[in-house]
Amino acid sequence: MTTQAVDAPASAPQRPAGGQRRRRSGIERRQNVGWLFIAPFLVVFAAFLVFPLVYAFGMSLFSSTLATGTKFVGIDNYLKAFTDPLFLGGMGRVLLYAIVMIPAQLIVAGVAALLLDTLATWLSKASRLLIFAPYAIPVVIGALMWSFLYSPRFGPASTIFDLFGLDAPNFLSSDNIFFSLVNIVTWQWSGYYMIVIYAALRAIDPAIYEAARIDGASGFQIATRVKVPMISSSMIMVITFALIGTLQFFTEPTVLRSVASGALPADYTPNMYAFALAFSYSQFNYAATIAFSLGILVFLGSFGFLFLTRKQNGLK
Amino acid sequence: MAVLPAATDANTRAMTVADTRALRRQERARRSGTAGGRRIGSHVLLIIMAIYFVVPIWWLFVAATKSTGSLFSSPALWFDDPLAFFANVVGLFEHQGGIYWRWLGNSFLYAFSAGLGATIVAVLAGYGFAKYRFRGRTAVFGMILGSVMVPLTALVIPTFMLLSQYGLINTPWAVILPSLLNPFGVYLMRVYTQDAVPDELLEAARIDGAGEWRTFRTIVVPLLRPAIVTVLLLSVVGTWNNFFLPLAVLTNPDLLPVTVGLNRWLALSNAGAGGEQVWNLITSGAFISVVPLLLSFLFLQRYWQGGLTLGSVK
Repeated sequence: MTTQAVDAPASAPQRPAGGQRRRRSGIERRQNVGWLFIAPFLVVFAAFLVFPLVYAFGMSLFSSTLATGTKFVGIDNYLKAFTDPLFLGGMGRVLLYAIVMIPAQLIVAGVAALLLDTLATWLSKASRLLIFAPYAIPVVIGALMWSFLYSPRFGPASTIFDLFGLDAPNFLSSDNIFFSLVNIVTWQWSGYYMIVIYAALRAIDPAIYEAARIDGASGFQIATRVKVPMISSSMIMVITFALIGTLQFFTEPTVLRSVASGALPADYTPNMYAFALAFSYSQFNYAATIAFSLGILVFLGSFGFLFLTRKQNGLK
Repeated sequence: MAVLPAATDANTRAMTVADTRALRRQERARRSGTAGGRRIGSHVLLIIMAIYFVVPIWWLFVAATKSTGSLFSSPALWFDDPLAFFANVVGLFEHQGGIYWRWLGNSFLYAFSAGLGATIVAVLAGYGFAKYRFRGRTAVFGMILGSVMVPLTALVIPTFMLLSQYGLINTPWAVILPSLLNPFGVYLMRVYTQDAVPDELLEAARIDGAGEWRTFRTIVVPLLRPAIVTVLLLSVVGTWNNFFLPLAVLTNPDLLPVTVGLNRWLALSNAGAGGEQVWNLITSGAFISVVPLLLSFLFLQRYWQGGLTLGSVK
C-alpha cells in the first residue's frame, strides 16, 4: 500500500538516498500513518462503490434465461439497452424534467435568497425557516403528502378553485402529472438551494454594493448584474447536484404511482425501469445493464456540465 | 429595496456619514420615496413563498388530527370536531400489532448506526487527507471526489445483487453497511480540517512525545467538533430519508423503516383493499415520523446551515 507509484505532491518528502535514509525515515513513516486514517473509508468505498460497479458491469456482460442458463453475451445487453424504447423514453423524460425542473428550482431559490439578503427583519428570518422546512421532510413523506393534496377526494384543490368559480384540474391525469411532479420536487428542494445561495451572498464583500450604488445601480440591477454573477460558482454547484438528482428520479414517481398508475408506467424513469426489471421480471442481468448505463450517463453528464462551466465554477 | 442600506441591513456596513447622506439624497431624487413600498413588496413576495412552502406541512398537521371519515368530509386545511389525534395514535398501536412503532424504531436504529459509522469513517479519512502527505494521496482523493458524481441510486440494484450473494438481504446490515459510504462527508471533513487544525499544533504534540493516534483523539477531535456534528446530522438525515435502498433490500415487514412502511400502507389503501384502508393512520403516522426531524433541524440550525454551505462557499 505504501509504495504506490502515483504522483506524490511536491511537498511530500523525497525518497531519501544513502546516509539521509535513516534520518528521514521517521518522517516518512509518520506520513504513511495517513493511510491508516483513510483505510476504513477505503474499505467502505471499495465494498459499496467500486465492487458493486464492477459487479454490475460483470453481470451486464451475461445473459441468463431459464431455457439457456447463464451465458456470456458481451455488449449485447448494451446494444439492447441503447435501442430499447423504454430505456430511451425514460432517459428522454428525465432530461425533460431536468430542463424544466432545475430552472424552476433555481429561480424560486434564487429569488428567495436575494430577497432574504436585502431584508433582515424577523419576518424574513421566519420565512427563511419556513421555506427550508420541506427539506427536513423525507422525500417519501413529501410525495405521500402531495398525493393526498392532489387527490380529488381529500385535497383542498376543489375548495380553492371553487373560490374562483373554477373546476379543479385533475392533477393526477397523464396530461398534468409532469407538472404535478415538478411541483413536488420544487417544493421539496428549493429551500435547500436557497440556503446555499443565501450563504454565498452573505460571503460577498458589501463594499462592492456600495460601489455599484454610487455608480447609480438600482437594487434590481445590483441583484442581477452584481450579485448573481458573483455567486456563479455556488449556482453551478447547485445545478450539478440538481442534475445528478434529477437524472436519478425515482422516489416521487414511485410513490405517486399508487394514486396515478395510469399516468405513471413502471418504466417512467430509468431507475424505475431498472427496479421493475430486477424485482418484477427478475431480469437481473438486464437490470444491471440499465443501472450501469444510467450511472455512466449521469457521471458523464455532470462531468461534462462541470467541464463546460469550468471558467465559472472555480474548479480546475 | 436598496435604499438606506446602512439602516436596513443587519451587518451595518462601513460607510461614512457623508457617503450615506449623499446616497440618500441621490436615491430620494431618483425615486422620490418609493423605498418603503418596495420593501413591503419584497416582504409580500417572501410571505407568499413561505405560505406555498408551509401549507402542505400545515395540511399534514391538520390531517393527523382527523378520523378517516373527516378526512373525506371536512375542509382539508382546517380542524374538524372532534379531534381524533389520540384515537389515531391508539390506532397506530393496534393496526397490525403496532408495527408502525417498530418501523419508527427501525428508522432510528438504521439512521443512528449508519450515521454514526459514516461520520467516524469520514472524520478519520478527512483528517488523514488533510494532515498527512503520503504517496498516492492526491490520486486517491481525486478518485473520491469524482465518486461524488456517481449516482448513488444507480448502485442500489448492484448492491442488492451483491448483498444477496452474501445472504445479507433482509437483515439490518443490508441498509446500514451501504449507508456508511459518504464521499461528500470526507470532502467536507478534509476542507474543514485543513483550516481548523493548525500544523504547528500537531508538531508541538509530536515533540511532546504524543503518538499519532493520541494526538488525533485528544487534540484534533475537539477542534473538529462543529464539523463532526454537521456531518453526523447530514448522514443521519440522509439514511433516515433513504427510500430506494431499503425498498430494494428489505421485504420482511418487521425490518422496514417508517418511510417504506408508510408507502406500503398508502399503496394498499389506494388499491382499495377493504381492511387496509387506513388513511387516518397514514396521515398521523407520517406526521409523527416527521416531527423528530423538523425539531432537530429547528434546534440544530447553526449546524445544518454551516454544513449545507461548507462545500459551496470558498
